[in-house]
Amino acid sequence: MSVPVYPMTRATGCPFDPPPQLRDLQGEAPLVKVRVFDRTAWMVTRYADQRKLLADRRLSSDVGKPGYPNSVARPVQSDEDTGIGFILMDDPEHSRLRRMVTAPFMIKRVEAMRPQVQEIVDNLIDDMLAGPKPVDLVTAFALPVPSLVICRLLGVPYEDHDFFQQNSKTLIRTSASIEERTEARNNIGRYLNELMGAKLANPEDDLLSGLAERVKAGELTRRDAAGIGVLLLIAGHETTANMIALGTLALLEHPDQLAVLRESEDPKLVAGAVEELLRYLNITHNGRRRAVLEDIEFAGEVLKAGDGVIFPNDLGNRDADAFPDPDRLDVSRDARHHIAFGFGVHQCLGQPLARMELQVVYGTLYRRIPALRRAVGLDEIPFKHDGAVYGVYSLPVTW
Amino acid sequence: MKIIVDQDKCVASGQCVTAAADVFDQRDEDGVVVLLTDNPSEDLSADVHQAAAVCPALAIVVED
Repeated sequence: MSVPVYPMTRATGCPFDPPPQLRDLQGEAPLVKVRVFDRTAWMVTRYADQRKLLADRRLSSDVGKPGYPNSVARPVQSDEDTGIGFILMDDPEHSRLRRMVTAPFMIKRVEAMRPQVQEIVDNLIDDMLAGPKPVDLVTAFALPVPSLVICRLLGVPYEDHDFFQQNSKTLIRTSASIEERTEARNNIGRYLNELMGAKLANPEDDLLSGLAERVKAGELTRRDAAGIGVLLLIAGHETTANMIALGTLALLEHPDQLAVLRESEDPKLVAGAVEELLRYLNITHNGRRRAVLEDIEFAGEVLKAGDGVIFPNDLGNRDADAFPDPDRLDVSRDARHHIAFGFGVHQCLGQPLARMELQVVYGTLYRRIPALRRAVGLDEIPFKHDGAVYGVYSLPVTW
Repeated sequence: MKIIVDQDKCVASGQCVTAAADVFDQRDEDGVVVLLTDNPSEDLSADVHQAAAVCPALAIVVED
């Protein structure tokens, strides 16, 4: 029997659903073999198993470990200016570096930023309403919101946004060549390294300056500090922006659900809708990847040291055992236990910030522009089928 | 109901605070979980169990 190639293609006309071939594998077995580039890897198909194994310390996130199933043919290398960031490291080094930047993402600190985010969102909507229509929601709103927020938090000058947004976009486009992607990565790396130099000389009240203090204290190399900066800057852009644009499109395609959200005064309902859209859309749709460090017996198979394992969280989040009627977008359901942010020690660090931003956006945009609608046909919307993060390249809207 | 947290395992995702803010808090310097009470009233049971269920680091154990 031939081994299916991962990732798979979504069905025409079903832009929000995981590929049908992937769904078939879920029905087949809890563990299946798939082909990624030059090797085969295990795929964990079901929600409960994904949670169990993603929390297993015998699996490594280190891209350099034997068997690691890359999401691109050749991994992008970081240059001498930046480290790789803790996302591709194991404990204890992963935890040591991650804990240096967790404080600004604490619930209390994030909640304190809510009025600022509300102001950013309101100003951008004012500009949209005052400007011409139709307008591309991605460039006018979805991208500026998280970009302004993460730049302020990190201490990155927003004036440079064209530069790092272009490079960030190239870096996560899987159809870009390895040379293009490496150049994009190194461009952002050099930029962050230079910025780290400025923060070392003139510290301010921001996250990068906090890292600069650690560099001064000898707890962190400047290269690692710049690498963490790259990771947070890219993650801050490529995720929330896509949740805003794709989430809006999904709601426009489900007017009954949009009405529930628009007409409720309850912040809990808005928060619940954010969780459901995270579950339903699952924008990091190319699976979490791990390498097996020592043999693990699981579901009647043996995951051997040196094997690769892929966790498609879009499948986990559409598992009927965890979420009844999983393909239905239902903003009133309890979806809090979804794994759109991953699971285990690498689970998204920025999730409190992402949640707050999305709560402000979903709670504001559709109320202030109740007549918001697509300005083109669904089939004219360019979806990011070639992106490590799923979404839309543009979303023309009018009202 | 008795709650045990493992601060060494915690990855500061903050999900326990969102689920049960009367029971869990975060340490100022790094966001690591702080237990406000290890024996909360029974009406918080559902929230506490949800906090344990969503913790990505499996750092919260609830003994009923």
